[in-house]
Amino acid sequence: MFECLKDAVAGRPDLQRIGRYMDSSFLLEVGDTPYHVTVKNGHVTAVDTGPFKMRSWDFAIRASKEVWDVFSSDMPPSGYQDLFAMTRYGHASLDGNTAPLLHNLRYVKELLALPRTLRQETSQ
Amino acid sequence: MSARIEPISGRYVHLEIEGRPYRIYFEEAGSGIPLLCLHTAGAHSSQYRHLMCDDAVTDRFRVIAFDLPWHGKSNPPVGWEGEEYKLTSQFYVAAIAAFSQAMELERPVVMGCSMGGRVVVRLAQEQGASLRGVIGLEGSDSPSPWYDNSWLESPEFLRGDFCAALVSGLVAPQSPDEFRWETLWHYYQGGPEVFKGDMHFYRTDSDYARESSTIDTGHCPVYLMTGEYDYSCTPEDTLRTAERIPGAEAIIMAGMGHFPMSENPAAFRDYILPVLAKIADKD
Repeated sequence: MFECLKDAVAGRPDLQRIGRYMDSSFLLEVGDTPYHVTVKNGHVTAVDTGPFKMRSWDFAIRASKEVWDVFSSDMPPSGYQDLFAMTRYGHASLDGNTAPLLHNLRYVKELLALPRTLRQETSQ
Repeated sequence: MSARIEPISGRYVHLEIEGRPYRIYFEEAGSGIPLLCLHTAGAHSSQYRHLMCDDAVTDRFRVIAFDLPWHGKSNPPVGWEGEEYKLTSQFYVAAIAAFSQAMELERPVVMGCSMGGRVVVRLAQEQGASLRGVIGLEGSDSPSPWYDNSWLESPEFLRGDFCAALVSGLVAPQSPDEFRWETLWHYYQGGPEVFKGDMHFYRTDSDYARESSTIDTGHCPVYLMTGEYDYSCTPEDTLRTAERIPGAEAIIMAGMGHFPMSENPAAFRDYILPVLAKIADKD
């Protein structure tokens, strides 16, 4: 699901600019599948698909495949439209060191939205 | 494109709040029943610009909104450089009273959003006899935090772009991009830690759940209008508050988030006009 991030960010200089201070790695879990995302200076330099053995990361966002699909739909229902909506209602969890997330909050939120953005761009 | 000037006028008033002088910026349009509008945390009165340009509102209402001290174009107090800004319930109520008195607003309707939607509950409870009614947009009578209080100690609250990103998901997906980003820009504009200072009121100093049941909605009607997508003041928070206040009317706005008047003015119009008509007709 999030394999797309590296190429998608490579083609978006504005997004790279927004995340230019980010130097972190984090985990996105889609059901049982973990994606390890590495960001350096606003570029996504790697997206590795797990399972991993004790790979380190700063923070992890976890939700079921069904939840991510609803989140990525064109018009998500209430409770699914944003990372914090999903954590508030228990659809997703956020763990770990949130400092790099908060420091680059708009950037990470836009990364999470990329699967939806890419699909919408393709259908147009 | 031809030039167009809006009917809004902006001025400054000098007044005292809790014995201290302030220079307060306000905007207004229209004439008739005073409709005093309170902005959200960390933002300013521009959030109400669409209402002020709507003849259906301004034909019967004098729509007036001020920037709280530290917000928008209102100054912080002299000596601010040595102080930490922390909004208290008492100061918020005093600021609204000082502005109402300075502008000689006679039995205003007070409409506030988010923290403004919270404080109107206290106003209705304590000053209901001198109000024509209150409208709590994204309002409830008690805090309902959705992130850990420890986050408030993060240095990110110095940055407007962080505050905007923190609240960005509170704008409903249905809201037009132009107004989504204008709404968020108000958060980009906030002074360092002003949003955080407002959170002191919103998260820890505004629990009115014990007193809200004593509001006399016969004298001061209470309308609570909350967006379906609001996860800061959830529809459930609003409905529970309305249950505690006998006679309060709760309206859940479909396809709307936490900033109805600024994120989707056209959709908000359909919800607010009937409420304003009820208040005006009762008068």
